[in-house]
Amino acid sequence: MPIPTPFHAKTSALTASHEWSNWSGFLAAVMYEPYHEHEYYSIRNSAGLLDVSPLYKYEIKGPDAVFHADRIMTRDITKCEIGQIMYTPWCDEDGKVIDDGNIARLGKDHFRITAADPNLRWFQDCGYGLESEVVNVSDELAALALQGPNSRKILKEIVVGADLDKLQYFWLTEAKIDDFPITITRTGYTGDLGYELWVHPKQAERLWDIIFETGTNYGLSPFGLAALDMARIEAGLVLIEVDYNSSHKAVIESQKSSPYEIGLGWAVKFGENKFIGRRALEEEKVQEPEWTFIGLEIDWVDLESLFSRKNLPPQVTGRASRAALPIYLQSDHIGQATSITFSPLLKKYIALGSVRTNAAKIGTPVKLEVTVEYTRQAVDAVIVKPKFFNPKRKRSLGTDE
Amino acid sequence: MTKDYDVIIIGAGHNGLTTAALLAKQGLKILVLEQRNSLGGSAGTEEIFPGFKFNTGAVDAGLLQPEVIAELNLKKYGLEFILPPVLGYAPQVKGNSLTIWRDPRKTASDLAHISESDANKFPDYANLIEKLVSALRGITTLTPPNITQASLNSLLPWVKTALNIKRLGDKDMVELLRILPMTAVELLDEWFESDLLKGVLGAQGVSGSMQGPQSSGTAFMMLYQQMGIPGGGFKSCRFVRGGIGNLSAALSKAARLYGAEIQVDTHVEQILVKNFQASGVMLSTGEKIASKIVVSNTDAQRTLLEMLGPAKLEPREMRRVRNIKFRGSTAKLNLALQELPEFVGTQHDEQLSGHIIICPNLEYLERAYDDAKYGNFSDKPYLDIVIPSKTDNSLTPTGQHVMSVTMQFAPYNLRGRDWEKHSQTLEENIIDTIAEYAPGLKDIMLHSQMLTPLDLDREYSLTEGSIYHGQMGLDQLLFMRPIAGYGQYQTPIENLYLCGAGTHPGGGVTAAPGYNAAREILKNI
Repeated sequence: MPIPTPFHAKTSALTASHEWSNWSGFLAAVMYEPYHEHEYYSIRNSAGLLDVSPLYKYEIKGPDAVFHADRIMTRDITKCEIGQIMYTPWCDEDGKVIDDGNIARLGKDHFRITAADPNLRWFQDCGYGLESEVVNVSDELAALALQGPNSRKILKEIVVGADLDKLQYFWLTEAKIDDFPITITRTGYTGDLGYELWVHPKQAERLWDIIFETGTNYGLSPFGLAALDMARIEAGLVLIEVDYNSSHKAVIESQKSSPYEIGLGWAVKFGENKFIGRRALEEEKVQEPEWTFIGLEIDWVDLESLFSRKNLPPQVTGRASRAALPIYLQSDHIGQATSITFSPLLKKYIALGSVRTNAAKIGTPVKLEVTVEYTRQAVDAVIVKPKFFNPKRKRSLGTDE
Repeated sequence: MTKDYDVIIIGAGHNGLTTAALLAKQGLKILVLEQRNSLGGSAGTEEIFPGFKFNTGAVDAGLLQPEVIAELNLKKYGLEFILPPVLGYAPQVKGNSLTIWRDPRKTASDLAHISESDANKFPDYANLIEKLVSALRGITTLTPPNITQASLNSLLPWVKTALNIKRLGDKDMVELLRILPMTAVELLDEWFESDLLKGVLGAQGVSGSMQGPQSSGTAFMMLYQQMGIPGGGFKSCRFVRGGIGNLSAALSKAARLYGAEIQVDTHVEQILVKNFQASGVMLSTGEKIASKIVVSNTDAQRTLLEMLGPAKLEPREMRRVRNIKFRGSTAKLNLALQELPEFVGTQHDEQLSGHIIICPNLEYLERAYDDAKYGNFSDKPYLDIVIPSKTDNSLTPTGQHVMSVTMQFAPYNLRGRDWEKHSQTLEENIIDTIAEYAPGLKDIMLHSQMLTPLDLDREYSLTEGSIYHGQMGLDQLLFMRPIAGYGQYQTPIENLYLCGAGTHPGGGVTAAPGYNAAREILKNI
């Protein structure tokens, strides 16, 4: 049975939909209002607030912390400066992705990692014999994601001791809100301007209240996982167990993916470091990965025509769908769409997925399976870059505006 | 870096020396590095007290494989065996003592005083065991195939063993397969009624392991103990003149004559790796020595976690290495004696020429294990005593004797106590136990040396005091020794090999791991 997060008293009071899901054992609101579209628009047009406390949080500390973290992560952690954050996957011995997340360098020998899955044993085993320890701090931190174009303005009104205008994308700052300390990271899972706020759980409710008092003037709305899922698909961000399987949970070999196969090849760095899985990935890079992560734009006119043959208007879920659908090139099954959503902002029916590398060329016309009145049909689609929405404000400084 | 070698061997135990000699014989440039100042490791003879030479570790060379003796011509280099007529002797305070002779028929005739039925069955038992063991003997000098990627070539040598087993005939083949995972208690209860006989034979099944005779696989260990020269239903027993150190001396002589360099008092701090391949070693002095191949005579855990470093292994390999069960169970007491001790009920001092076994019955043995299971050393221990000076007068001043006692069970991790403070208690306990059977012992003791599992770990690099470099349970044998997937003397690091008792076939003075490792290295070089 899922348990409440430190924000539960606040979030539950607002959850008019009464729709909750189980996120890593915690109660997480799927949507607050009876329909999530307003929440989605708040992320893109004003500001949205999401309780991300269920994330797993680990710290690596000690003289060997850099070596230890660098051994785990495919990115070059030796280049991560104090105050910087890196998004990175981590792999098993065969170069297959176990999980992906952010690693923040809090100090010279001190890192904090956020993860979707439990990783304590893995991180500890990766550092066995090293002078560094891995601590599970999941219960010691409550976290909110404040996302959207107005997020900086809201924070600037309430935060003391940090210059948010200068806080760069994927950097962090320590600050104070009211009288309590807070860590602010310029990170998020929406592909928009946004921040994540990390506090001691006992400050959680106070933090929520303060953000809301100010945020109301900026169109702030709480948002749940339904709106988040749509935003992250637009941003082209992969989701574990949806767009790929953790190699630690895969039942068969073919369910595992390398970073190259889920669009994270850019995060694999062959520097001095000997991260776990490097040998396999070096080989894979030479050979060419089997799968390529792609975006898909589905032809709305064609979709309409498929439905109109049955005298129906197009029926697509209002939410993101995680039911994978096969992708065909002529009659060959070349891959699957794993995350599908209608983008209210782009007015497009879009998907993320994987296809065989030899069929992954941008612009390739393909077919996606859809079900129309219980019959399987194929709708026209085209392979595009897996990034549908990428506003300048995501990275820009406050001083630029 | 100083001058380069083809192969550096870490540790001059008898296996390391065997590998060194065999590789040097093929013309490779070999350097052996030993951290102690004497050779042989746990197969060494040391003059601990002036005039008294002790086999501080292993006492018996009955398991030494004939291939090694022949290929290195060890007899030419001074190896000489002593075959005591009596293999085992179990004195009794009350009732009849038991003598196990090299000739099972002689054992049987002695047994008649104890049990008519056992006396009748014993020759059949000894013959069956010898027959089963003879079908298995060849496997000690074979490389276990890699189960997941077994090539035809790696399986071929095993065909002969399979045929040998097949040739036993249906009845005995089934008997062999049935016995392998059995407990010593079950096997012996099927045959005999005498508690003493079962105690003495069954005790061989717990040798070196933290298992009582009711543990699965102890029957296999009874067979393993006879994998050398025929063991008369008891165990392969054969001493080396001048002490077992003379075997190591012969091996090192052979190695040096073939050109190997052997350096003592040299501690290897680290195994060096370049591009996932072993590239040499670094000594505690900081000196680096390069080589194409590094071979370690010590166990996989010391080699890979201490000298190589866990961060050089993949986590899945590191876990397996970390999970190797060592579970040392053995302590050693060496005594210098003024004269030959007298044991009660001894008719002829020839009875003292082999192993003197204190294990009156299997219940006693299981209870001895029980103590250790809960973190204590056995209150009433199982003792295997040898007095090698009885058959070899080169070990002591005239008329005086050395006695080596192997004691079980002594757990490496004592509950709530530590070995540094309780070594003396254990020593007194062992001496008191022997004195029950040899009442005059305390009066003739000149010197004593107690080696607890902690001492064995520190002085002889036997992790957790495990004399076999890892328990020889059914889960740590063949292709699973030292860890599954690495049963071919190689390690996860290319050009880093293992050649010690932690590899197939296991412990004891067999020289087989060293022999097999040399063959694998030559195959791959």
